[in-house]
Amino acid sequence: MMGRRFWSWLAVFGSFLYFFLPLLGMFMFSLRMKRGELSFEAYRVVLTDPQFQTTFLYSMVLALITIVFGTLISVPTAYWVRLKLPKLRPVIEFITLLPLVIPPIVIVFGYIRLYNTSSVLPLTGSWLGTNLLVLFGYTILSLPYMYRAVDTGLRAIDVGTLTEAAQSLGAGWVTILARVILPNVLVSVLSGAFLTFAIVIGEYVFAALLNLNTFGPYMFWMGGNRAYEPSALAVIAFAITWACMGLIQLVSRFSKFSQVKR
Amino acid sequence: MAFLELEHLEKSFGATRVVKDFQLSVEKGEFVSFLGPSGCGKTTVLRMVAGFETPTSGAIRIDGQEVTGLRPNQRNIGMVFQAYALFPNLTVAQNVGFGLRIKGQSRNDIDRRVTEMLTLIGLPELGDRYPFQLSGGQQQRVALARALAPRPRVLLLDEPLSALDAKIRVSLRDEIRSIQRELGITTIFVTHDQEEALSISDRIVVMHQGVADQVGTPFEIYNRPTTRFVAQFVGTLNLLDATVLNAATGQVSVGGTPVALNRALPGGGTSLSLALRPEVVSLGRHEGRNLILSGRIAEVHFLGSVIRVKVDVAGNMISLDTFNRPDLPPPAVGSAAEISVSERDLLVLAE
Amino acid sequence: MPAVSTTPSGARRRASAFLTWAGVLPFLVFAVLFLILPTLNIVIGAFRSPDGHATFDNIIALFSPSILAAFWVSIKLSLITALLGCLVGFLLAAAVVLGGLPGWLRGTVLTFSGVASNFAGVPLAFAFISTLGRVGLVTLLARDWLGVNIYAIGFNLLTFAGLALTYLYFQIPLMVLIITPALDGLKKEWREAASILGATGPQYWRMVALPVLWPSLLGTAALLFANSFGAVATAMALTGSNLTLVPIKLFAQIRGDVLNDPHLGYALAFGMIVLTGAANLIYIVLRMRAERWLK
Repeated sequence: MMGRRFWSWLAVFGSFLYFFLPLLGMFMFSLRMKRGELSFEAYRVVLTDPQFQTTFLYSMVLALITIVFGTLISVPTAYWVRLKLPKLRPVIEFITLLPLVIPPIVIVFGYIRLYNTSSVLPLTGSWLGTNLLVLFGYTILSLPYMYRAVDTGLRAIDVGTLTEAAQSLGAGWVTILARVILPNVLVSVLSGAFLTFAIVIGEYVFAALLNLNTFGPYMFWMGGNRAYEPSALAVIAFAITWACMGLIQLVSRFSKFSQVKR
Repeated sequence: MAFLELEHLEKSFGATRVVKDFQLSVEKGEFVSFLGPSGCGKTTVLRMVAGFETPTSGAIRIDGQEVTGLRPNQRNIGMVFQAYALFPNLTVAQNVGFGLRIKGQSRNDIDRRVTEMLTLIGLPELGDRYPFQLSGGQQQRVALARALAPRPRVLLLDEPLSALDAKIRVSLRDEIRSIQRELGITTIFVTHDQEEALSISDRIVVMHQGVADQVGTPFEIYNRPTTRFVAQFVGTLNLLDATVLNAATGQVSVGGTPVALNRALPGGGTSLSLALRPEVVSLGRHEGRNLILSGRIAEVHFLGSVIRVKVDVAGNMISLDTFNRPDLPPPAVGSAAEISVSERDLLVLAE
Repeated sequence: MPAVSTTPSGARRRASAFLTWAGVLPFLVFAVLFLILPTLNIVIGAFRSPDGHATFDNIIALFSPSILAAFWVSIKLSLITALLGCLVGFLLAAAVVLGGLPGWLRGTVLTFSGVASNFAGVPLAFAFISTLGRVGLVTLLARDWLGVNIYAIGFNLLTFAGLALTYLYFQIPLMVLIITPALDGLKKEWREAASILGATGPQYWRMVALPVLWPSLLGTAALLFANSFGAVATAMALTGSNLTLVPIKLFAQIRGDVLNDPHLGYALAFGMIVLTGAANLIYIVLRMRAERWLK
């Protein structure tokens, strides 16, 4: 018995070293910009860099629009499939899992081939088109998380009865979706949203191949040209990921709380 | 010397003593039930016998051998769990043969014993199935066969029936008992169901808050409960308030009627509760039942062969059972009634 | 609101069927346009010559030495990080779930795994460079405290081994996240039943626990394989073009840097889909098996 606990502690401690050292490494490195002292100079340089500001803002806006668009496409579809087309569920589920199977680089390659300037739908030819394309791409990437979170959330509530109850009170489809269904799956939507944010904010392949100056390519460029700033960027990126996961935990804990109260 | 001996067993988890000074001797081939509500410590005692819990103090002996410090896998005990606990990756036959495989027996010996066991539990043709293909009752039979296959010295049954449907529960209960008799294996059976314990056991240990309140045959436990807890937990019980007139000779008064109990009464109080089972009370006057009480019919429940009547006697609600008689309709609610009891059948309970 | 008629005429029934399907139409159109068609375009392109004829030339070209080598490196990297990720992740999850450690550790490890499995790409490469690069924290500590120059004894972060070590940072946590529920599915009673039947701890693991977990373990290994096979950004940010992995080669091809035959690019992408698709298929099949047992 004592032996088991010893080996367990050893496994946890070993993993801790492996996972903690790179975090410590990047943090320490990010403080060494000024010779002979530890300072937040690298952060100051990064945060005041206009390039950082524009690319970060760009990625953030993209992430937020992706979340809104993903919600708009996931919630009504998942709801409708549960309510009216349960036979279609396996098909839809399979489609939402495909982005985990097909590597993102293949998807974006397909975009470039299918929507280039000489095609029927020359999306890559214009600023708006390219941005729409990357937005749709990110929505596809987020589908496995977004759609499945919503679908799991819908499983917990009785969609049919809720709909009939709302209809009997005179609600139309838009009202039902916005006022009845969405609030009930809000926790799932938020979980999916934070995960989407974490994925989109530092995404590199889509942005680089579609020639967009988002945060991912910016970080990549910094990595090739600067010494200390990349570590500061990595710390920032890690903090964002951590915050997103923390928010997911917080939201789901809040939902448990509200269920107890109900 | 008894076959299985539990001596002064104590178990504490932190500051809570869940088993207190537990004493029990079980003869070879005896079927003993531990009966009590959840949290009374019955499962903890069983798990100490199995070796999953280490007693805080006390000793466990099987056939004269001290096993208190042995690991579960060194004790040669069979156990059946509440939730079946069949290995899902193994077929029925492989599950039953598991213990023999561990012992390193030859394939032929294992096959023979497995067939024997599967025949014993009445599922000889299911050897190739996987547990997930069986019903709950079938799984529990296989679990029983698995526990018995290595010829254990003691069989432990931890609420083996409580996950099953009511009908299967009764039939499997009888089957367990007949298999146990056939093999003559010393068995401890843990349950919270008094009917189960009464019907299956040679002896019952009624447990309450970590203490064995009473040990006895089902007949003794039911008819002569020694504590109020045992009397209330096992069977239905009526309580009558009585005033003590003379503690030494056992003279009391029930609602003004003097009653001679003809035995010394415990304690020095001026009042006590008398208990009586529904089936010792009769409606109307009867020969040999000389305590007559009058009251009013409060409820009548027609249960088929039995009619349970509740009579309000000076504020005490007395349940009694009468057999159904096609020529005699049940009494009407609200009518006056007399009930009669033999003084012998009145139980005086220690608190 | 669709009208519910008690005597639906054919036309009305058709109309209501159309309305029913209309609810999922936006999703289907979106998925077809931006997921299925682009992928199909690649797959079909892999079997077409530049002038539009059906051909196997591109697939055959995949078997040229330089491309085979890229596939081999990618497969080796994915296999090694999948197996190591499985092994270490399993040990960590087993320690946390079954090791009798304090309860708070479980939540902490799971939350951190959620973070680390998503901390991939460019920043992850930076973290490892500043830790195990030539002037990284651990490199310097090893030199100053232990007197060991890890680069002098053959270590280099910008190689296959360094990349594998980096990939494990998201592979291990993913394993922990997926295998923890499976470990929770091991019932306490199985262990107790085995032990009362005479089995020792190792015998229980060999005869019951590992066979029960086997489909989950193997399935997760397949998933980790696909996960690492499709990764691009981490490898590019870490090693640049030092290592020729399939996705890096494809990236360069798309950029128009190296190959000037787009149809070979299609074939590369097609090869990737086949491998990750096969790995995921293994995962799904084994997962169904595992769930059947744990019912």
